[in-house]
Amino acid sequence: MLKALHKTGLVFFPAFDWAIDPTHPEREERLLYTQDQVTEEGIFDIPGIIEYKPMLATAEDIRRAQFCVPDEAAITTESHLISAGGAKVIADAVMNKEVKNGFALIRPPGHHSMRVSHGGRGFCHINIEAIMVEYIRSRYGVKRIAIVDTDCHHGDGTDNIFWHDPDVLFISLHQDGRTMFPGTGFPGELGGPNAKGSNLNIPLPPGTSTEGYLYVINHCVLPVLNEFKPDLVINSAGQDNHYTDPLTNMNFCAQGYAELTTLLKPDIAVLEGGYAIEGALPYVNLGIILAMAGIDYTGVVEPDYNPEKLKQSVSITDKIKKTTAQINKYWSQRFQMREDAGKPGEIQIRHKEIFYDTDNIFERQKERVRICKDCGGCFEIDSQATPGFHILGVHIPINACPACIEKGYEFFDKAVENKYHHVFLMDRPKGNYHIK
Amino acid sequence: MIIGLDVGGTHTYAVLLSNQGVEKSVKVTTNHADLFSTVLSGFTQLLESIDPSQIERAVISTTLTTNAIIQQTMEPVGMIVSAGPGIDPEFFRTGEHYYAVSGSINHRGREKASVNEMQIQDIAKKMVDAGIEYVGVVSKFCVRNPSHEILIKRMLNKYFKKIFLGHHVSGNLNFPRRIATTHLNAAVFSLHKSFFEAVKKSLTEKGLTVPIQILKADGGTMSLEASMHFPGQTVLSGPAASIMGAIPYAPEGQDAIVLDIGGTTTDIAFLVDKAPLLEPVGIQRGSYKSLIRSLRTDSKGIGGDSTLRVKDGNLTIGPDRQGPAMAFGGPLPTPTDAMVVLNVMDTGDREKATAGIETIARQLGLSIEEAAEKIFKTCCTIILKKTFEMIDQINSQPVYTVHDFLEGYKLSPQKILVLGGPAPFFAQKIEDLYQIDTLAVPNSPVANAVGAALARTTCEVSLYADTEQGIVTAHEEDFAEPISKTFSEDDLMETAYTLLKEKAINSGADPENLEEVEVVEFQKFNIIRNFSPRGKIFRTKMQLKPGLIKGYETVLH
Repeated sequence: MLKALHKTGLVFFPAFDWAIDPTHPEREERLLYTQDQVTEEGIFDIPGIIEYKPMLATAEDIRRAQFCVPDEAAITTESHLISAGGAKVIADAVMNKEVKNGFALIRPPGHHSMRVSHGGRGFCHINIEAIMVEYIRSRYGVKRIAIVDTDCHHGDGTDNIFWHDPDVLFISLHQDGRTMFPGTGFPGELGGPNAKGSNLNIPLPPGTSTEGYLYVINHCVLPVLNEFKPDLVINSAGQDNHYTDPLTNMNFCAQGYAELTTLLKPDIAVLEGGYAIEGALPYVNLGIILAMAGIDYTGVVEPDYNPEKLKQSVSITDKIKKTTAQINKYWSQRFQMREDAGKPGEIQIRHKEIFYDTDNIFERQKERVRICKDCGGCFEIDSQATPGFHILGVHIPINACPACIEKGYEFFDKAVENKYHHVFLMDRPKGNYHIK
Repeated sequence: MIIGLDVGGTHTYAVLLSNQGVEKSVKVTTNHADLFSTVLSGFTQLLESIDPSQIERAVISTTLTTNAIIQQTMEPVGMIVSAGPGIDPEFFRTGEHYYAVSGSINHRGREKASVNEMQIQDIAKKMVDAGIEYVGVVSKFCVRNPSHEILIKRMLNKYFKKIFLGHHVSGNLNFPRRIATTHLNAAVFSLHKSFFEAVKKSLTEKGLTVPIQILKADGGTMSLEASMHFPGQTVLSGPAASIMGAIPYAPEGQDAIVLDIGGTTTDIAFLVDKAPLLEPVGIQRGSYKSLIRSLRTDSKGIGGDSTLRVKDGNLTIGPDRQGPAMAFGGPLPTPTDAMVVLNVMDTGDREKATAGIETIARQLGLSIEEAAEKIFKTCCTIILKKTFEMIDQINSQPVYTVHDFLEGYKLSPQKILVLGGPAPFFAQKIEDLYQIDTLAVPNSPVANAVGAALARTTCEVSLYADTEQGIVTAHEEDFAEPISKTFSEDDLMETAYTLLKEKAINSGADPENLEEVEVVEFQKFNIIRNFSPRGKIFRTKMQLKPGLIKGYETVLH
């Protein structure tokens, strides 16, 4: 009889009544065909596959991960809260060992949403993975977490949120930023001075096929994970690398996704993008679910799949090999890079400009981080959005050392109120969020 | 006057109802080896000294199909399934004569790979050689496009007695369940047919010529003729009968729990404003999962005759039954004996009951009274625990829209209705223990037969319209019509209502009982390709709600 080898939890929230706008790729229809395929396959009847009902994430949940401007209610809808809440439900099921692993098939996605969020960018308003990760760290005390983002777009929001955090390894595989939104995620972007090498960005050339993806997984992602030894592996499972996706130029297939999942063995997978809703999503999602549950997926093949047509050129293979070698080199030098990045106690400044393509907002940031060898380092972000608000957000990391805690409060106390609409302090060690 | 007959696990009850109430009821011991004579004897006794021409309606509920599944006496039938991409259909094998064939339809109902006619011919020959007479044909996504099933049927027609098609089984998606359900219909067909033809013939000989109605698992009825196409729908109509029998006593505008406490098991179900809760997809019992519409019931292996034991100092009840209670000549002590000891029940041999409970009391280090009290209380606790678990489960059911998430109905019963032999005794105890208004349904031993008698015809239609492909379909009803781009929600509803009424009348519904129409599901999606709208997808399910026929509402009070 058909039975899941691994107990797998699913949260399925297709939000059939929510869309960015009627013709937007992120609309009601997006998971419709996936639901049809998954229901027709009888997935929810398989012993060992357990479906969970999502819940609403709260402002407190978001405040562990992000500064929402002007506040959480202003930039989220119920759909966003259910989506983030769905990820939390899966996290609980996995952490409480009700299931071995879990997959949250939820929308809207979240991985372009950064530490400071003034609204929607890349269809994302709040970062559902980051909210989930911070929930897991607070609730279950898990220290080392690896997030592997396999969405075709650079997971710049998640990258940004964990930029200074040496305990969260963030690896993003994506189509080269020179050819695609959001235009970032190059190999040299390795994380902040205190966490160099804990953000790995692997750009892949357009036309990368299954062969290329699996090469990177086998020759870079798995060896790095092996060394990092995370307590938990999370997959930001974007499905827009598919050869039929209308927004991207890659040649990945359903079998490839299933194989990738089998290799990566994520504890939790969270759906991100993927807009080939009819020809790809039903098959890719099915493949991932079966792979997570340890059920044979060899029958999951797109009706129009033609491996000959999708073959990767030799030059692409060469480029991928070169990038992989470069990343591995950076990874091996990570401790030295952190050593060289600055002296403890020193404040380093970074300027950043962010465009919100979904909501047409332009944001300028000035970030000041304390160099620290004992923790991720506290930092403040001065953020001004047009149109919008001018805020200051101070973050004290969850495992902060006493010096960084003190510095964080100093940032907060020194902030001149009349300069900003709001000043926020995210005190992760105490679990407090202050607003002035 | 109407007749209701319900074949139960131990006893078969038949009642005669007039608009004055229960005119007559009879009880016959169920002979599982010969259900025909059981049913006939029930009718014979009931109709003694009654003029058959006064009978307007007769409804039968039997365990025939359920027994065939449990005892694995289903006939070997052939199954042809075509899966396309996805899980290997070999996992859903129904028996020896099961063939997975090529051909594929996708989720929008588009053909992706055609049927291989040579392959089908080969399989037909093999099945004919094996002596197969009935065949089921199921293709994945046939509810979106049944053309492959129809084509295969056309090729097989000349070789077999009857061919059952997956798309007729249900408008719901679920390929494995559709295979199981189609197989069930094919496998019990000849058994069902010969049984009911014999019943009908015998009743006609007695002068009873009204159309016979059969009770379905969803608590509704269908005509004998309609049941020939879907004999599987009669599976588990037993629990459905009792739940229907509780409806007259259910509170209006509130939720209620129904507990049917039998000898071996207790069936648990729920009523919302006098309407029973249905299974979301279809009957599920253990590993058997189908697309047969059914009431949401679950059973717990505990009843009046459950065997009592003490294991490691702990009292266990059931799940087995080794015979009746010791008070009634059984071999081992049971909860019924505890009730006799406690004097809540004044029948049976009190001495034998006491002797039985004493053995339990000694092992538990309690007095006989204390032990009996503990047994009775434990019984109620086990049943109620299971009930509350079911409520939690129902309330934590996943939802797929923001609206459902925010507006989701929470089941919160404020009344318990108890049926079955020991019902009056349990009702008082449950009320004491849980402080919930609890009522033993009057005439509880025959409530199930009353439920069968009063059940109205139910049915459901599922419609799917795709304006990009220009078609509205209800393949379950063999309905497909072209539509224009301007096809609207109103058009969809009108079509659905017409089809529903037609289906109800064809299944034997009384035109007076067609008002309880309910839209169970409605969804509408824009189809967008390359950022421009191409059409709309509409989906709806409309049903005639399970409930009681008109004209008898006040009869039972």
